[in-house]
Amino acid sequence: MFTARELVRPQTVDEAYRILTERPDNVLLGGCAFLRMGARKIATAVDLSRLGLDHIGETAEFIELGAMATFRAVETHPACRDNFRGMLSRAVGNVIGVQFRNLVTVGATVYAKYGFSDLITALLALDTEVALHAAGRMPLADFLDKPPARDILTHIYIKKDGRAAAYQSLRNSASDFPLVNAAVARRDGDWTVVVGARPARAQLARAASQALSGPWPDAATAAALAADELAFGGNVKASAGYRRAMAAVLVRRAVEEVLSCG
Amino acid sequence: MRVAVTINGRPAVLEAAADEFLADTLRAAGYASVRRGCDTTNCGLCTVWVDGRPVLSCAILTARLEGKAITTIEGVADEAAAFASLLVAEGAEQCGFCSPGFIMTVLAMKRELTNPTDEEIIHYLTGNLCRCTGYMGQLRAVKKYLEVNGG
Repeated sequence: MFTARELVRPQTVDEAYRILTERPDNVLLGGCAFLRMGARKIATAVDLSRLGLDHIGETAEFIELGAMATFRAVETHPACRDNFRGMLSRAVGNVIGVQFRNLVTVGATVYAKYGFSDLITALLALDTEVALHAAGRMPLADFLDKPPARDILTHIYIKKDGRAAAYQSLRNSASDFPLVNAAVARRDGDWTVVVGARPARAQLARAASQALSGPWPDAATAAALAADELAFGGNVKASAGYRRAMAAVLVRRAVEEVLSCG
Repeated sequence: MRVAVTINGRPAVLEAAADEFLADTLRAAGYASVRRGCDTTNCGLCTVWVDGRPVLSCAILTARLEGKAITTIEGVADEAAAFASLLVAEGAEQCGFCSPGFIMTVLAMKRELTNPTDEEIIHYLTGNLCRCTGYMGQLRAVKKYLEVNGG
């Protein structure tokens, strides 16, 4: 269990950022579900829940997720259920249980770049940007590739470009962490294939995406390419070989799901 | 830290350290129904409501709850007893250790979902683990409860 000497609840993002960067052992609090599994010694825990970042909004162009929006809010919000064939809602809908999803936040999950994340895999298949207090707004893929830096992720923007999308995951039980997951999206003729929980964090499968974007998209070909081009690892939950084999199955199913949309 | 909240409809001031979780604060304050069944944030036994939403009290820091309304099973005792009698009638109450969290989630579901299907009920209750039973008795009890009480 972590320890914290002090907990503060700043009123502005500027104030939160100043406190966060005062000391290396000051830490932002998300939902705390993962943080509590560790043993960090925190000087000042910074609670962002007074910053109005828990909203989910929708404009003509974007779905906007505040960093403190919970997984349950994503699961149930009409903007997330009605766009992209409901992929965002379905991606987070099997994370542990409803009382867990009422705590965990999208900002902490994306900022931490968790390898086991369902949400990051789904977001990466869409045109997603993240807004950071200091570093500004950038594509999610760029943020995931950046080295860790102390900052505050305030918002996630998902472009409503009408792409058809599908999400697949493999779990030992309904509420367990995914052994491996996949998200596939298509906008006009351009496809995006993403595989996550490899167990490293989600990554774009470029060869599979390009193959599908040709004149004759074929699910089996894309599945084989994705399994071949990405790196997989083993851990206590599954071996690298098992993940690779199952990633192919999940990608094929997700592509077939999107193809079935016409 | 002093944290002003309401607990089961009554104003209260909780004293909690910065890193103290609500489950521990509530137990120290005498709410003995709140307890842990795991150390991995996934058994659901410690479920209470914050502003009407079911949450894991083992994972939420008390110091973040200023101004919030907390509900434990003691605050919905009549409803809980009505549902518990159905659990007993269906043979779903064995050791009973998981029951407080399970019942809090069922009562939250009744408020949140309208005419849920079996699939929706099971999905809502996935985060409450029971190691005695196969969940079928619980599902029968939930369906009977919703038939009689709406939801």
